[in-house]
This record gives sequence, structure tokens and C-alpha cells, in this order.
Amino acid sequence: MKTLAELQAIRDSMKDKVSLREGMSGMRVVVGMATCGIAAGARPVLSAFVEEVSNQGLGDKATVTQTGCIGICQYEPVVEIFEAGKEKVTYVKMTADKARRVVEEHIKNGKVVTEYTIGAAQN
Amino acid sequence: MIRSHVLICGGTGCTSSGSQNIRAHLEKELEAKGLAEEIKVVQTGCFGLCALGPIMIVYPEGTFYSRVTDEDVTEIVEEHLLKGRVVERLVYNDGAGKEVVEEHVASSLNDTNFYRSQKRVALRNCGVINPEVIDEYIARDGYMALAKILTEKTEPAQIVDTLLASGLRGRGGAGFPTGLKWKFAMGYHDDQKYVACNADEGDPGAFMDRSILEGDPHAVLEAMTIAGYTVGATQGYIYVRAEYPIAVQRLRIAINQAREYGLLGDDILGTGFKFDIDLRLGAGAFVCGEETALMTSIEGNRGEPRPRPPFPAEKGLFGKPSLLNNVETYANIPQILLNGADWFASMGTEKSKGTKVFALGGKITNTGLVEVPMGMPLRQVIEEIGGGIPGGKKFKAAQTGGPSGGCIPASLIDTPLDYESMAAIGSIVGSGGLIVMDETDCMVDIAKFFLEFTVEESCGKCAPCRIGTKRIYEMLEKITEGKGTLEDIDTLEDLCNHVKTNSLCGLGQTAPNPVLSTLKYFRDEYIAHVVDKTCPAGVCKSLLKYVIDPDKCRGCTACARVCPAGAISGKVREPHVIDTLKCIKCGACIEKCKFDAIYKK
Repeated sequence: MKTLAELQAIRDSMKDKVSLREGMSGMRVVVGMATCGIAAGARPVLSAFVEEVSNQGLGDKATVTQTGCIGICQYEPVVEIFEAGKEKVTYVKMTADKARRVVEEHIKNGKVVTEYTIGAAQN
Repeated sequence: MIRSHVLICGGTGCTSSGSQNIRAHLEKELEAKGLAEEIKVVQTGCFGLCALGPIMIVYPEGTFYSRVTDEDVTEIVEEHLLKGRVVERLVYNDGAGKEVVEEHVASSLNDTNFYRSQKRVALRNCGVINPEVIDEYIARDGYMALAKILTEKTEPAQIVDTLLASGLRGRGGAGFPTGLKWKFAMGYHDDQKYVACNADEGDPGAFMDRSILEGDPHAVLEAMTIAGYTVGATQGYIYVRAEYPIAVQRLRIAINQAREYGLLGDDILGTGFKFDIDLRLGAGAFVCGEETALMTSIEGNRGEPRPRPPFPAEKGLFGKPSLLNNVETYANIPQILLNGADWFASMGTEKSKGTKVFALGGKITNTGLVEVPMGMPLRQVIEEIGGGIPGGKKFKAAQTGGPSGGCIPASLIDTPLDYESMAAIGSIVGSGGLIVMDETDCMVDIAKFFLEFTVEESCGKCAPCRIGTKRIYEMLEKITEGKGTLEDIDTLEDLCNHVKTNSLCGLGQTAPNPVLSTLKYFRDEYIAHVVDKTCPAGVCKSLLKYVIDPDKCRGCTACARVCPAGAISGKVREPHVIDTLKCIKCGACIEKCKFDAIYKK
């Protein structure tokens, strides 16, 4: 290594990989991963969230994590998004494609994708 | 794509409770479940809560699993990592996190009482990064301070000024201003100068230096390289105990990685600056923690101190100007240079700046390593962070600074932990060992314990220490055996003061401290030993009598049968008695009695 720039390059490429350990940041995206969720296809949804949040460089804005059964198995895969000071948003019957749109609109631009929420599904 | 990191502690504490097997098993389970691509297993340094090891933390949730066993691993993988259901029964919970924990997050690490009031500067990377991967250190701004200084060609005097303004003082025990030490070392010129690191941590119960070396070795390497640039040295030595095999191994890995990256060696970062670091292993002599003895040992000679002056800044290693700092001191330096002197000086008290790592041990619930701002009251460290005394016992005293320090009695539990406040009550911050004692600890016995240590460790070069500590120990032995007189207590005090003022180095000068401070605060306990011939805490064997309570004894004969000395007699179904002349006070009868009828008095 010969320059400060090279050191900075290593730091920047590594930073994302270690930032996961700094704990929860901003929004919390929780994917239901109980047996019912997994059976309904929660795994690709989780992967899509993790990948998209990372690709868009939103790692400091949102943390993707998983949880057990939320209790509404007929709506699985269920994803909930928590944000301090805001009502939680529950997305139901998620897919990988839907996940990518939620990242783009909700996480990046702060606009809830109403048509995927549990409210829309129940009406 | 990695979605979760599982951190497993690879410090000495957790390694000895089996964390290496847990890690191997975890990796196998993840592979079997097809999760190896999603979940990364990271071995880290010490998290600090050693009593609860092996420790495992799952991020991003920050779920904190304690005392993980091999069988638990299967359950954690199956339930938590695959299905996202936190294994509640294994989560460490001290009840503190409840109100802040949201419904899906079970007790995150930072919500526990143990971590909440801590401020981690020297330990910032311990338990966060993998110490064997230099990139992880760089990710946390590692080597940035060094790179900036070298590429911007910062004036050495400016670095010294920053350290002086930060108020950083030596963390090894003496508390000498670090900036001043660097300034002195800078002021002497010679064809060769040295930088050394004192990693010969020898105080019984203190292990912060080990944890830093095991958990964040590069921080020490970076700080030493900066020190080399500042004082004009090209060679550094780390004097580390051979009894710290994990620390030694990680330091070796770290030094090699730094060399490969061009952060050590000739032409560092292309700036032409040359600096390298080598290890020197100590054989475990306590006296080698003293700076002149340490340097003598690095030179390949028997580790004995020599009189100062000349101080190491003028004539140190191999007779050349040298700079010597402790591990924890070094670990603070890159942070100070990155964040500025004001940031560091904003923590702590007026004269004691920054944070200090304490090793909590003895009669305390959370045995482990804690880093708190200087000036935090002892009460908060013991009751809140340490979780109090186990078994509903009462706090009696805390010994700070190991064998060189003194005790803090319960009446002074609100004393702030900083250099000035500790000195004012006759104790020291020292290297940060903090041993908690409860009502079942005898203070005379504690003093005897520390003196036994210093007698063993006295190098023998000067008479006050070699002979004095031995005589002090013998007097304490006499007192604990019930053969002491009131006059002995006064002689003991005189002798202590004599050894303190006449010894050659820090070992002898501080060795009488445990006796002097227990005499100051617990003189009545000494008097009880010599006048009443009793040990109030019930520790000193010679002063105890084993007695059977005739009201509780059912005459089951169990005690009489177990007694190896045949000292217990009595008829079946009638109260038994112990012949105190025959009794060897082994305690076997107490363990055997089902009716709690036997006690010590």
C-alpha cells in the first residue's frame, strides 16, 4: 500500500460489511420466517430485501432482520417495517419483486406502498 | 449475500469455556442447513462479560446469547438463524432491557445494565471486529490516524500538543501524562531510538491489556508507529507475557498483515518513513512490568530494575532514548488523534480525562471487563454494571490496583473512580484491577494474600523489598494465627512505611499498600485477631472453632463417621460434641450435616 487513497478504498469497501454489527439503524425491516412464512416463500423475499438495501447503499438507513410467526399465516410472507415515531407498516403476500419496489419507494423515498399493505388486502 | 453476522468471542475467557468448539460446530450446522452463504461467522476479541462465556452475538438484531453449549448451537441455527425465532431461554437477560425492547427484539446487548453505562474507547473494537483480519480494523477507521500524519507530514510537536491537550495519562498505573512522556522522549537525540509497549500485565485479576491485544491488536501497532514517527524511532518492541498465548499469536498475525500492507517496515505508505515492531516474550516475572526491569529484560538480561534517573527517555533500551507506554494507553491514541483532544477531554473529570478499563472480579455477579468514563462512582460500577454482590451478601470493600493498591471500604463506596479521588483515600486506580469483597472476606487475610504475591515476585535486588516484604508477610501470618500482639500491629505499620520509602522500584514502594490501607480502614479487624483472638469474617482457620448446636443436632452420627481426626463423639440420637483439641478444622462435618447443626465461631 502506497497511498492514503488506497487505505481509504479498503475502508470504504469494508465499511458496509462491518456496519451490520453496529446494530439497528433507522428503519427495521422484519421478515416473518416461521415455518408458515418459509413455506409461503419468505426466504427469497428476505434475500431480495438484503440485496436491494445493500445495492442501493441504504445500509445506514434500514436494517433487515427476521422474526418468527406474526400470527396471520394466511397472509404470509409478511414483512413489517418499523420506524421510530411512526405507525408500523405491515406488508402481506410479499414476493421478491414486491420487496424490491418496497425498498425503492418506502425505504428510499419514504412513501408507503399502500397496495401491498394488510389494509389493502383486507378490503 | 450476507444478511447476518454471528460473532463468537475468541478471548481467553471464552476460549477456555469452549468457544472454539462452538464455532466449529456452528460453521458445520450452517453448512448443513445451506446458510453458509447468508450468515457469516466472525471470531472476535473479548466482549467483557467473561463470567457468562462462551458468548455469541447475532447481528443485526444484536441478540446476546450467553453460556452457549454445543447442543444449543443446533437450536440457535434451527430456530434463530433459519426461522428467525430468538431462542429466549439462552438470551442473557438482566431485566434491564425490558422497557426499551420492542416486541421483536429480545434483549439486545446494548440494553443490558452491563453495557448501558459503559463508554468504550480503548475497547471499541473488542468484540466487534475479527482481530485476525486487518481489513476489519481498517473498516473502523484503522490506520487512518497514522496515514493522515504521515501523508500530511504533521509536525511531531503538534502530535505531542494534541496528546497534552487531551489530558491522557498512563493507563499502566502511574498515571503520568502521556504527552509529557512523548515530549521528553522527543527531546533526546541519538543515532537510534526505541519505542516499547508494556504488555507485561501482572496484577492478579487485571486482564484489560490481554483483551486489547487479543481483540484489537492493530490499534496498538498503529499507535506505536505514530509514536515512532513522533519521537524519531525506527524500531518498536512489544514486551508481552508468554502466558498470553492467544495475544501473542494475534500480535504475530497482526504484525505480518501490517507488513504486507506496507503499514510497517521500510517506506510506510510510500512516505519514506521506516518503522518496524518485534515481540519480546516475558517469562512472567511481576517486576518486569516495572519500566527499567522491562527494558533490561528486552536487552536479554535478568529482569531487575535500576535506579532512575536516568529515565528511559534519556537512557532506556540498550542505553538509547526510549519511549515506553502501556497497552491501554496506546489503544486510546489513534482515537484521540482522529477525533481531537477536545473529544477525549470531554470525557472524565477535570484532571482525569477519558475512560478507564476496569477488570471486575471477586464477589461480583458480572465478572468481566468494563470501560467507563473516569470519575464514575464505585457504587455505580459495582451495583449497576457489576450487578451487585451475589448471594444477597453485603459489600465490604473493593481492592483497586492489585498488589500495589489499596482498599476502598463500604463507607466510601460513592468515591469517584479517578486518579485524584483514589489517591485521596489512600488507594490507586492502578492498572484497573477491581476486586470486590463481601462480608465473608477477612481483610487481614486479603492483605496477607497480596503480600504473599509480592514476596514471591520481589526480584531480590534491594534489601527493603527482599527482606521487608518477607517480614511483613510473617507478621501477618502471626496475626492470622492468633499469635499476634497489639505491639505487632504498630511494628507492622512502621515496617510498611519503611519498605515504602526505601525500596528501589515501584514493586517495593507499593507492596505495603494493601496492608497500610486495610490498617487504615479495618484496624478493628486486626485488633480482633490479636486481642479477642477471633476472625470476624470467619476466614482465618487457626482462630475458628467448630461447634455443634445441641438444639439442632439429631444425633445421626454422620459427622462422627466423616471426621478424619475422630474428634466428634456422642451417642446415637443424642447431640454430639467436637473435641476442639483433636479437630483439624477441615470442614468435612459441616458439609455432611443435613440439619445445619455445625457452625464456625
